[in-house]
Amino acid sequence: MPAKGVAIVSARAELVVVGGGVVGLAIAWQAAQAGTNVTVVDPAAGEAASWVAAGMLAPASESWFGEEALLRLNLLAVDRFRAFAAALETATGADIGLRRDGTLAVSYDSGDRAALARSAALRRAYGLPVEELDRAQCRRLEPFLSADVQGGVLAAGDWSVDNRRYLAALRRAVTDAGAGQLTGRVARLEVVADRVAGVTLTDGHMVAAETVVLAAGAWSGSIDGVPEPVRRGVRPVKGQLLRLRLPQRMPPVLQRTVRATVRGFDVYLVPRTDGEVVVGATVEERGFDRTVTAAAVHDLLRDAMTLVPVLGELVLAEMCVGLRPGTADNGPIVGGTDVDGLIVATGHYRNGVLQSAATAEAVMAVLTGAPLPAEWAPFTGRTAVYPPAARWPIWSRWSPARSRASPSPSTARWCPAAPGPTPGSPTVTESKS
Amino acid sequence: MLTDGVSADHAPVDDGLAGDVDPLVIAGRAFASRLIVGTGGAPSLDVLARVLRASGTGLTTVAMRRVDPDGGGSVLDAVRAAGVEILPNTAGCRTAGEALLTARLAREALGTSWVKLEVVHDDHTLLPDPVELLDAARLLVDDGFVVLPYTNDDPVLARRLEQVGCAAVMPLGSPIGSGLGIRNPHNIAMIVERASVPVVLDAGIGTASDAAQAMELGCAAVLVASAVTRAADPERMAVAMRHAVLAGRCARLAGRIPRRWHAQASSPVDGLLGRP
Repeated sequence: MPAKGVAIVSARAELVVVGGGVVGLAIAWQAAQAGTNVTVVDPAAGEAASWVAAGMLAPASESWFGEEALLRLNLLAVDRFRAFAAALETATGADIGLRRDGTLAVSYDSGDRAALARSAALRRAYGLPVEELDRAQCRRLEPFLSADVQGGVLAAGDWSVDNRRYLAALRRAVTDAGAGQLTGRVARLEVVADRVAGVTLTDGHMVAAETVVLAAGAWSGSIDGVPEPVRRGVRPVKGQLLRLRLPQRMPPVLQRTVRATVRGFDVYLVPRTDGEVVVGATVEERGFDRTVTAAAVHDLLRDAMTLVPVLGELVLAEMCVGLRPGTADNGPIVGGTDVDGLIVATGHYRNGVLQSAATAEAVMAVLTGAPLPAEWAPFTGRTAVYPPAARWPIWSRWSPARSRASPSPSTARWCPAAPGPTPGSPTVTESKS
Repeated sequence: MLTDGVSADHAPVDDGLAGDVDPLVIAGRAFASRLIVGTGGAPSLDVLARVLRASGTGLTTVAMRRVDPDGGGSVLDAVRAAGVEILPNTAGCRTAGEALLTARLAREALGTSWVKLEVVHDDHTLLPDPVELLDAARLLVDDGFVVLPYTNDDPVLARRLEQVGCAAVMPLGSPIGSGLGIRNPHNIAMIVERASVPVVLDAGIGTASDAAQAMELGCAAVLVASAVTRAADPERMAVAMRHAVLAGRCARLAGRIPRRWHAQASSPVDGLLGRP
């Protein structure tokens, strides 16, 4: 380890992306395609949430009260993902396992049915298409559903993708586009006079760069030199999930993602093309703990088998743990910062895969000084930090899909200590007399 | 005149009766607010922070089995940032042994010997297991804890819990998260009548009127979680609960009229001017 203050500049790039999960790689691919010299730095320790995620692209199913702004962003994200996925499959020849059969939310007992009705009413209030099905209709769609299922709601636009295939395709695309991928863990962001200079790894090597994109997921807050709002704004939220595999000679048991509240507990079942079923997930505030607990496995299996009893015949192939990057309002943190050359693209919480393509588009817009889609307004701080294309002539090859409204003013929404009203959220009017 | 501004410093909400401070006192500690908020079910930390502020609460429960006290940036941080005291609870425990273990871990991590004791029989009903609960209460009191037990609405069990040294009793109105309100007001009234420790109605509150009813029955405080955290607008429901607790308490202290079978005119019928 070199003496403090003396860094070995081992490498140099125009753009360093910290974090090689779906978000970091999507950004790196876009930047590399635009001709930038990009290096992605990732510990390759198998810890990324991207490796574990179920891959649901589900704005409607994930919608909740008071989170309309996030819903709008997720709808934009699904739209961007479709085009992005097609381009990725064309570029790499890979099949990323995109499933377009929609998501069926079902209810089990009467309390669950009331909860689902409430959710359906909320989706209608948000202007989302809602198709309510009775028990028979649900079981025609999914014959292996338990006879105790009361009914359901189909969200035709809520798809899924195989997260591992998607990740592999992104890695390939990034390599093919000429970007470098460096194995290492970033310990510190190097900042000189409010300008980013590069990153230093835990082994002491430094990668110098004019621009750094922070896409380190749950670890974004743990890197030295990262601005305060990000350091305090991102926290790990543990999720445990299971992967079940079909035994020999058994056909796939699910056609589409099934989500449910089973006696009050949330569970989802996401089928893959090869018949694998992902069962998830817990939501736990346990810091960086990544242990699999007996209760989580028991409860997930209990609820999955209550819904689809035949799942008991599948092989319990994997018990996974991931760390979602959580934020105070469950929305991502994407945009410029007070440090010139530093862009953040993190805090994606439950929606990393879903929001990866839209995030890549947003980051490219920030880099070129182009306006971001309006849906990003509540989730971005300072947007265009840099002067426009003149400074980096290569960026002029990137043309935003269509012109949008001007960038939104900065919002101080990252700081958990001073929560204020966020745009779009209901405000409580209290008379002071 | 009632004010309904949010008081971030948790000062008692002015009920217009000058000089009439009416704090909640548990184990010798005074709290300005008679509303205790549970954190379970909050959809985001942002919502939790706003709920805590809007509720005016001074005390909040956190399930220690589900939250790592060393985990940064999480529920505990949000509660601390709101300036609210943390009351650890033993949610998820089925046996007295587990409850003692969880309480000790919480005491070590948070530095408080206060604990809300929950010992339930199963995941589905979430009803307290009375036998295990009483055993656990004895164990914890003997271990130096200030015990606030979540119990059912049985007046005899409430008495027993008080006898073993609990600092309060917290009977349910109805099952956790059910929103069914107070199923047996008669029992709650009997518990209040015979208790010499504060009675905190805990579980089953669904909306503001349930909280007001609890206070009118003579409860010293109410604990609300799901009714607020799972409401469509949690912050607004927190405001509602704050007012409801104040309203119910004032009504209790004001001394209501008795219920009558027949009418009683509010003005006298004799001596009216101009009456034919």
